[in-house]
Amino acid sequence: MNCFLVQSSVGRKLVMSISGCCLVLFLLFHMSMNITAVFSAEAYDAICAFLGANWYALVATVALAALVVVHILYAIWLTLQNRTARGSQRYKVTVQEANVSWSSKNMLVLGFAVLAGLLVHFFNFWYNMQFTEIMGEHVNSLGTSPVSGAELIAYHFSKLPYVIIYLVWFAALWFHLTHGVWSMFQSVGWANKTWYPRLKCIANVVATLVFAGFALVVVVFYIRSLC
Amino acid sequence: MKLNLKIWRQKDAKSEGKLKDYTVDNISPDSSFLEMLDILNNDLIHKGEEPIVFDHDCREGICGMCSLHINGHAHGPDSEITTCQLHMRKFKDGDTIVIEPWRSAAFPVIKDLAVDRSAYDKILQAGGFISVNTGGVPDANAIPIPKEDADESMDAAACIGCGACAATCKNGSAMLFVAARVSSLAKLPQGRVEGARRAKAMVAKMDELGFGNCTNTGACEAECPKGISISHIARLNREFLSAKLKD
Amino acid sequence: MTKLDAKIPQGPLAEKWSKHKADIKVVSPANKRKLDIIVIGTGLGGGSAAASLGELGYNVKVFCISDSPRRAHSIAAQGGINAAKNYQNDNDSVFRLFYDTIKGGDYRAREANVYRLAEVSNLIIDQCVAQGVPFAREYGGLLDNRSFGGAQVSRTFYARGQTGQQLLLGAYAALNRQVAKGSVKSFPRHEVLDIVLVDGKARGVIARNLVTGEIERHGAHAVVMATGGYGNVFFLSTNAMNSNGSVAWQAYKKGAFFANPCFTQIHPTCIPVHGTQQSKLTLMSESLRNDGRIWVPKHEKDVAALRAKKIKPSEIKEEDRDYYLERRYPAFGNLVPRDVASRAAKERCDAGFGVNETGLAVFLDFKTAIARLGKEVIKARYGNLFQMYEKITDTNPYEEPMMIYPAVHYTMGGIWVDYNLMTTIPGLYAIGEANFSDHGANRLGASALMQGLADGYFVLPYTIGDYLSHEIQSPKVDTSTKEFDEAEAAVKARIEKLFAIKGKQSVDDIHKKLGHIMWENVGMARTKESLSKAITEIQELRKVFWSDVKVTGTNGEFNQELEKALRLADFLELGELMARDGLNRNESCGGHFRTESQTPEGEALRDDEHFAYVAVWEYNGQDKEPTLHKEELKFEAIHLAQRNYKD
Repeated sequence: MNCFLVQSSVGRKLVMSISGCCLVLFLLFHMSMNITAVFSAEAYDAICAFLGANWYALVATVALAALVVVHILYAIWLTLQNRTARGSQRYKVTVQEANVSWSSKNMLVLGFAVLAGLLVHFFNFWYNMQFTEIMGEHVNSLGTSPVSGAELIAYHFSKLPYVIIYLVWFAALWFHLTHGVWSMFQSVGWANKTWYPRLKCIANVVATLVFAGFALVVVVFYIRSLC
Repeated sequence: MKLNLKIWRQKDAKSEGKLKDYTVDNISPDSSFLEMLDILNNDLIHKGEEPIVFDHDCREGICGMCSLHINGHAHGPDSEITTCQLHMRKFKDGDTIVIEPWRSAAFPVIKDLAVDRSAYDKILQAGGFISVNTGGVPDANAIPIPKEDADESMDAAACIGCGACAATCKNGSAMLFVAARVSSLAKLPQGRVEGARRAKAMVAKMDELGFGNCTNTGACEAECPKGISISHIARLNREFLSAKLKD
Repeated sequence: MTKLDAKIPQGPLAEKWSKHKADIKVVSPANKRKLDIIVIGTGLGGGSAAASLGELGYNVKVFCISDSPRRAHSIAAQGGINAAKNYQNDNDSVFRLFYDTIKGGDYRAREANVYRLAEVSNLIIDQCVAQGVPFAREYGGLLDNRSFGGAQVSRTFYARGQTGQQLLLGAYAALNRQVAKGSVKSFPRHEVLDIVLVDGKARGVIARNLVTGEIERHGAHAVVMATGGYGNVFFLSTNAMNSNGSVAWQAYKKGAFFANPCFTQIHPTCIPVHGTQQSKLTLMSESLRNDGRIWVPKHEKDVAALRAKKIKPSEIKEEDRDYYLERRYPAFGNLVPRDVASRAAKERCDAGFGVNETGLAVFLDFKTAIARLGKEVIKARYGNLFQMYEKITDTNPYEEPMMIYPAVHYTMGGIWVDYNLMTTIPGLYAIGEANFSDHGANRLGASALMQGLADGYFVLPYTIGDYLSHEIQSPKVDTSTKEFDEAEAAVKARIEKLFAIKGKQSVDDIHKKLGHIMWENVGMARTKESLSKAITEIQELRKVFWSDVKVTGTNGEFNQELEKALRLADFLELGELMARDGLNRNESCGGHFRTESQTPEGEALRDDEHFAYVAVWEYNGQDKEPTLHKEELKFEAIHLAQRNYKD
């Protein structure tokens, strides 16, 4: 049971699919949480307090981190294998085939873009929130409370460079998800000719929802900072 | 028509290869692509040069022998055809055409444009069959099969084993080929009996032979001369995973 | 004449095969393991034979010239496979299939073999379904049938327009299973260049590894030739580019007799030749004649307008069309046998009604069928063929009729075999298209697949046991003997001789010339003069070949020019034998049409009094006239009659 997830190509894809699926669910949750900040800073801070350094939040964080690590390591591993399988001699001329999305052929690159955004995000937020709490501090590097999430948001998204970085990050995520979401159904075999258009539609909807939800917060806070 | 050709020349499996320039003239637009190469080869022989080696046989799009990568496309720039069915009217006078062999670690070049595709045979030997001996089988109409199932089985069985899927896949994955066989047999009651064993054995052999991991780009489907759908890959995934989960 | 013993079992026709099976010997499993068999070719005959023999426990080595057994040209058969299942309740039976095949073959086939073929036809369908061949089905889940030429019942099973492919993949899968088990060893990209005889028995082969050029020796207790037909002697044919008659020809030179070499099938529905630089002709399945109607314009002014591309074929009015097959053959209409349909097309084109620029094409029209059934039904039936036609010709056959013309397709002639499928060389068998046995002077559509699989699955595995039962004491064949040395040396000498010529003409240049001689003189209409002319011209061309051919490269590499040269060298001899046989057979029958012998209506006129025999040729040495032997054809169950497809 364990070994085919490592040794078989279809098993490895199952790992990518399931880890990816969990990460998508997390994104949807995180996005819903963020949107709260647009409407009520208090409500958002309450959620931040609820998800601080509590045991359940920590367990979830560790699990999430593990999923991210597995997803990334498998992606790198699969790509290395695939490059070997492609052979040392490459085509002189290649083209984009009809009906083949650009994202599907650039998932690793997109994944790294998402990862880079994630690191910025960790530095901006997680380091000043959950991490500060884990360390037992009550004041973060910016001199605010680690549970005043709304304040952190307002601080970061008043700066235009951050706004741009985050929007680019969300765009990369959008591309990654447009392929990733329908692909995870394909990898577990829940797809057929009838469902391809539907799954691809669902993937686009999910990707756009995630993009729009996250971007909304960034844009709203930036505009507020200008007023 | 006059055409400029850049063709991959490689003496044998061990030698280095490179693209070499040729020109052909007076080509009829009604000629097939391979007839154009026949004309070039005949010219080369008359000039005392070595003709270009390329695999071809039936020239009707069914044997799966022809295998050229033309201007970045497996089997050239037309949909649902093999190289031998490609006709020169798809090109314009004066065009430059780049012709390369299949590129995949599992398909080493033998010479010029011919590659070794025995890996596909090996995958089928691992389980791409129904284990019945000759004779002693029931009457052909003993087991009714829904028309839809027979049709879908036939859709997958149309695979000609040309290798375009693995050759075109950026991951060098043979999933469409393997899936076509697994799916075709999985849709028939006769093939269901050993479905789990077949899926596991064929995927294991495919991995062992150094084909890559499928990342669902769908490039194989786009370049498949028989238009075989990646829905068969979904069925293979399903067959394989449900078999593994029962182990 | 002693060598020509057909070994037809005694007794009533319907009981011959059962009785024979009961009489012949079998080999015990323990002994089968000690016996080696070589199978040359992996089409329907070779593939099914190798798989079945492997299942029985023999050690099998199987050779094919392609990179995989699955490429064999059986794969290109489109329309279907006949069987006397009578699933359609249209009064089909083993006897009716037998009768249609004999009649279709214009009474030049051996009754006992054809009856056996009809008898085992049903088993083939059962076997293929069990192997997972996805035959077309009705909504009720049972098998569907279509009609084919030369029959008034629907007995053809099919898998879209890819029946040959599906049947071959079935046989190939069975073969793969044996390869995995180790009972069959596969040698792809290997070409057998000679058969080795030891003490008069076939004991092995000399093969060339096509990738490395290495000449290899392989020994066995029996050798099976399943190498297909020799239609490529015409250069342009529907055969695959690599199809050849070389193994059969080498066997002939080693003492296997060649039967009815002039019997060539010209298929009526091929895409017309477009130019002089063409390398290959493409077949359009006979199944198209189920729904397609063949016609040419009635008036020459329409023909002229068509050739000048001033009008489209669809613009010609119904009353100005000549559906000549329906007119001449009301009972069978568009579904007359292939030889009849081909000659009728030639007759119209010769009369000046050919519809393309070259005047060598007729129309195959689906207008009526589309009006009756709708485009979707036609698409479901023939979609892939229509797509193929459009890709090649750039014409949409849903809107404009297809243009077709006859082309060389199949050779009914081949190596002579007895009832056991053994040639005149003990231990050497020939199956499928490579032998002459079942189709007489014309093969019916959907019968080639039937014969290949019948021989490979259900006949040879029984009959070869009878021969091998006498070989159980024979040790493994030693390939270091004098006989193998000599055969290998001869092969190497032949190769060196070809390289040494260093002439000016390419192999294809000469092959095209041979093809031209054959098509003009040994084609659809043959005369005493044309056939004599062909013999002289081929002899001359042979001299040109051996003095002016240019073979590039070396032996020690992947060398497609050398492969072609070796095959052409044999075609240049085989073509002559075909002409010689045609000259001898001064009658018209099936695909062999001697202009001198026709009815007042222009139909083939047989001469049963003088030619009711199989013409069997024995090789007497290079440039010597071969000896003709005659196997008299005795018809016990069927009354000889002039073929009639009119009423």
